[in-house]
Amino acid sequence: MSDAPKVAAKGLNAFFGKTQALKDVNLDVPARAVLAVIGPSGCGKSTFVRCINRMHELTPGATTSGSILLDGGDIFAPDLDPVELRRRVGMVFQRPNPFPTLTIAENVAAGLALNGVPGPYQERVEKSLRQAALWEEVKDRLSASALSLSGGQQQRLCIARALAVEPEVLLMDEPASALDPIATARIEELIHELKERYTIVIVTHNMQQAARVADRTAFFYMGQLVECGPTEQIFTNPRESRTEDYVTGKFG
Amino acid sequence: MTALCGLAVLAAIVPLVSVLWLVVSNGAKGLSLDFFTQLPVPVGESGGGIGNAIVGTLYMVALACVMGLPLGIGAGVFLAERGDTRLGGVIRFTAEVLAGVPSIIVGIVAYGLLVAPFKHYSALAGAAALAFLMLPGLARATEEMVRLVPNGLREGSLALGLPAWKTTLRVIIPTARNGILTAVLLGVARAAGETAPLLFTSLGNPYWNFRPDQPTASLTVQIFTYATGPYEDWHQKAWTAALVLLMLVGATSLTARFLTRNRRARA
Repeated sequence: MSDAPKVAAKGLNAFFGKTQALKDVNLDVPARAVLAVIGPSGCGKSTFVRCINRMHELTPGATTSGSILLDGGDIFAPDLDPVELRRRVGMVFQRPNPFPTLTIAENVAAGLALNGVPGPYQERVEKSLRQAALWEEVKDRLSASALSLSGGQQQRLCIARALAVEPEVLLMDEPASALDPIATARIEELIHELKERYTIVIVTHNMQQAARVADRTAFFYMGQLVECGPTEQIFTNPRESRTEDYVTGKFG
Repeated sequence: MTALCGLAVLAAIVPLVSVLWLVVSNGAKGLSLDFFTQLPVPVGESGGGIGNAIVGTLYMVALACVMGLPLGIGAGVFLAERGDTRLGGVIRFTAEVLAGVPSIIVGIVAYGLLVAPFKHYSALAGAAALAFLMLPGLARATEEMVRLVPNGLREGSLALGLPAWKTTLRVIIPTARNGILTAVLLGVARAAGETAPLLFTSLGNPYWNFRPDQPTASLTVQIFTYATGPYEDWHQKAWTAALVLLMLVGATSLTARFLTRNRRARA
């Protein structure tokens, strides 16, 4: 873990119209580590990760203020194209969303092919699928439809698709919430392997999951960052009583 | 209550069945290979066909597609993706107004713009009128089909660092492809069945024609001519031509339905 944070939110506010979803969030995400973002529904944890790749502002009426630094550079700088930013900051969503008209291989290569990166893509496809621990299961049917995969496989395909463009940061918005326990375990295993190369921010509803995969954990409540620290400390010895109430299951 | 519902169903089915029965029973006896491939013959001679009218209808509908599809589909995609903007509102309002314009008026406008200035009835004028009629329905149907594409796919594509226009072009439209095709086929079926806008634009032509600047025969106008004529032979031909038109339109609609069903099965 290097000293300079990979991502740093400074006084970040986010709004949906007039409703404020994030209030003055200051949070560092260390490089090559996993940060889990936990909190009850509607606390702003999804909004927070969606700010990091500027997906938040795609919602009609959604705005932000404050800043997020990626390697020290402000991602909200006027001369920064959000499209460029999203190539550096990949994202995996709650529901698997493979492109239904493309094959398995084409899905993985989509970020390259549609962006005009010259082919062939076989090597990148294989590498990404291996990283996503899906290669062995699909290597004999790369030209089958992506929809022929199970839900868990589809989610790993989406992870492979995000990895293929070689981002620096990987955002995961409840990536396992639509999956069964076995598929969830595979995704968590995968997160462990991926953190050697990537900076990962994972939103989760599941506190055991946060405890299993994350180096650091941030607890959000009603749009505010209540506490952020090493995962073990958050779960065993939190500084704030609200954190303790939440992680021990008194509310949420 | 059940009896009332049954009655309502019956009331809906009786006209449909009687239309089919009348057209098939009166039209079928005139069917022959010649009817599809030959030119009309002068009154009094036996035989002959409406090959030129069948081809004319297909030709003009194809021309109408060339003009109308890019515009209609483009407008529909725009409405789905940017419909909440000012321009989107204008386009939607225009489509709604256009949808309410009677087809005969579209024909008159096409006559005024594309026939009168050139002193020439033409396939192009007819096709332009048909394209105009296809536009609003096509735009609205395309919009709905594009809106059916889950937002997650759009987000997934944008999150890969693809610009919005590429997301629309390479992810959203291919996903909605079958739905858009359905909208196109329904538009085609509607255009193929139009008479009023062709009456004084493409007029009619007793011979084969493939030139866009010449009058062109069409099934619908041919039926109109035959049915309103004084000859027994013409009446028979009108029925048979009606059957051909019904088969053409029916086949198009059925194809559209088949595509829709496939899409649902896959989703």
